[in-house]
Amino acid sequence: MTQPDNFGFGEEAALLKASARKFFAEHFATDTLHKMVASDHSPERMTACAWDRKLWQQMVDLGWTSLAVPESAGGLGMPVVAVAGLVEELGRAAFPCPLLATLNTTYVLAACGSEGDATLAEIAEGITASLAITNSQGSWAAAHTDVQCAQGKLNGTAWFVQDARKVDRLLVSAQAGDRLALYWVATDAAGVTVVPDAIVDLTRDQAHVRFDNVQAREVTGVGLAALQQAMPAIWTLLAADITGAAEWQLQTTVDYVGTRQQFEHPLGYFQAVKHPLVDVMVLIDQCKSLVYNAACALDTEPARAVELAHMAKASASDTAAFASGRSVQYHGGIGFTWECFVHLYFKRQKHSQLLWGDAAWHRAQLANLLIGNVN
Amino acid sequence: MAESARQDTPEQVEFRQYCREWLKHNKPGEPPVRLPLSPLEIMTTDQLTYLQAWQKSAYDAGLIGCDYPVAVGGRGRSDCQRVANEEMVGARTPFLPNVIGLGMAAPTVFYHGQTALKERLLPRLFSGEDIWCQGFSEPGAGSDLASVQTFAERKGDKWLINGHKVWTSLAHFAEWMIILLRTDRAHKYDGLSYFVVPIRAALGKGVTVRPLIKITGETGFNEVLFENLEVDDSYRLDELGKGWQVAMTTLLHERGAGELKTPHSGGMKSKSTHSTNTSNLIELARTTLRNGQPAAEDPLLRDRIMQLVIREAGLGQNQRRARVPALQDHPSRLLLQNKLLASEIAQDIAAVALEIEGASASLYLGDDNAPAGGQWPMAYMNSYGMTIAAGTSEVQRNILGERVLGLAKSK
Repeated sequence: MTQPDNFGFGEEAALLKASARKFFAEHFATDTLHKMVASDHSPERMTACAWDRKLWQQMVDLGWTSLAVPESAGGLGMPVVAVAGLVEELGRAAFPCPLLATLNTTYVLAACGSEGDATLAEIAEGITASLAITNSQGSWAAAHTDVQCAQGKLNGTAWFVQDARKVDRLLVSAQAGDRLALYWVATDAAGVTVVPDAIVDLTRDQAHVRFDNVQAREVTGVGLAALQQAMPAIWTLLAADITGAAEWQLQTTVDYVGTRQQFEHPLGYFQAVKHPLVDVMVLIDQCKSLVYNAACALDTEPARAVELAHMAKASASDTAAFASGRSVQYHGGIGFTWECFVHLYFKRQKHSQLLWGDAAWHRAQLANLLIGNVN
Repeated sequence: MAESARQDTPEQVEFRQYCREWLKHNKPGEPPVRLPLSPLEIMTTDQLTYLQAWQKSAYDAGLIGCDYPVAVGGRGRSDCQRVANEEMVGARTPFLPNVIGLGMAAPTVFYHGQTALKERLLPRLFSGEDIWCQGFSEPGAGSDLASVQTFAERKGDKWLINGHKVWTSLAHFAEWMIILLRTDRAHKYDGLSYFVVPIRAALGKGVTVRPLIKITGETGFNEVLFENLEVDDSYRLDELGKGWQVAMTTLLHERGAGELKTPHSGGMKSKSTHSTNTSNLIELARTTLRNGQPAAEDPLLRDRIMQLVIREAGLGQNQRRARVPALQDHPSRLLLQNKLLASEIAQDIAAVALEIEGASASLYLGDDNAPAGGQWPMAYMNSYGMTIAAGTSEVQRNILGERVLGLAKSK
């Protein structure tokens, strides 16, 4: 199967992206974000988990959480390219919410075949969820979990669970004998303890989640295959989020270097500032093009999805790092302060850079595909 | 190729089918001579003759200049050059020799020349019978192009040209030159005018073409000296003093951001041609030993090769995304990156190739033991031509920073 030349990014997708941009621009300016999440500057603070539930409910009502749920399970069944467009706008707004976590969970459930349908139907009805599939080392390999399941009870701890305090359910990967199975657990179920992590990123929350003899419903007994099948979509969407956030960093920095004067010129006049900002733009564009390429592969050319999603997330991680560094550096002294908004995106991007695999890891996987494994 | 085919208009569908059929029967065979890396490195008349014959046959078949009106030698098609290009590259044809004519001179003459001039010059440009070159740069005018000093002095209906152009690729074969001239010394930008000049006819009579030897040892570009060359005023493009604006048309098309798509072929597999791309780089890494182990197993080299794979794929996908307005915030943001990215990626690919070759990277074309015939050291040196010519990478970053990001203009 070959990819359509326009990435399959049709009218519906363009409309969704444009309306998402408008939605965030109208309802959620960056100073609102700063007021909401940055009230406590103490380095020892716990993550506040402040977010706008009313605005979130509007997003749920708009159908954004069920976009990726197949129509057969009661969702909208939108292609990944359309979802990526929405997530790019989400990243641009850095809006704290469990949209990405819920979409990620959706793609894993959708990879479970008919076994995932009942659970997907819950998401289609507005239930939110996150993936509890990472071990204490933060391993990016889908097979690694610190949670076990025996006699239908979960025990152990899942780490680095994204937006855990904002979601209703967790999709937990656990070792069940010699197989890796996936379980559907309510965050308020008996025996579940959500322990917030004190993280740098102010726009997300993260937790480790302890399971003590938790009664859990098995979604599938072949969880590893489902996770592996869904990972390319998860990498691609995070890369889309990074793309949008990086564009905010670029435009905000361009505005600043256009107004701040030193040596009788705006900073942007100097090539020591101008040229690296062009390099930020070049990286963003590379990343964005590779995101839609990977998303389109997920929709129309699944055989290449893994390869192209590795490219997208590798590019995104590098983009996140470089755009973040330049945004703070070119804001100069003010950029180093808590009151300047750039730190919100700097921190979100550093989080995203290392989530679900950094650039070097994705390139190593890509090399295995394109050159072959080293014996 | 097929991915574009899905979006074709009815005209494009029919034309694509026609191109494919024609190429099946008319694609040239293996060249009788060793071909250079690109049209800009054509050194011998044997090379030129072979490539001109290919361009002529493709033109006669309607594959070149087909989006231009019939009156100027085109076929009056709509957005079909892209289709022809895809089919020509897909069929692995040789490249077109009249590259400056097609990419830079044709759109400029078309948009700014008088009707009679267009009708006279463009058909032989498209067919490749007249090779074109470009007279922009001078010893004192490189990145600061608007400071050209080669002067045209008015003598009634004629102009008298004196001065010195450099880095003039293909001038040794060219019939015609597009040239940026100073017609007024008092005004930097508004003192420029744009002409076409028949240089071949004037060799020894006001025009001298001297080869410049490149860093690689190859010839291919030249310096051109003008001494009291008389040209007719009908060879002027657009109004007097509008040379800078006309030059912008040329540069826009050179950077791939113009309205008219440049005819383009290539892809011919030949022992004697060499492509600076990552599949060749991976192939080199697989077949080269590095301290007894295949270079392709070295984790650091693998990482660097993958960085290049990603940049190369990103550039390809940029070009695809440039055709999807809903995925762009600025109309020329992607197109203006093409030249910068293509040249820097090629340079970095060649640099990594030399590291893979290790000690053998010291061996050049004349050495029987040179890996890949010594092509990688040559490609590496040549890559600097790409990052310097047509606006250095530094100038490209200024253009992007100023035109796209809106940053203050640097001096």
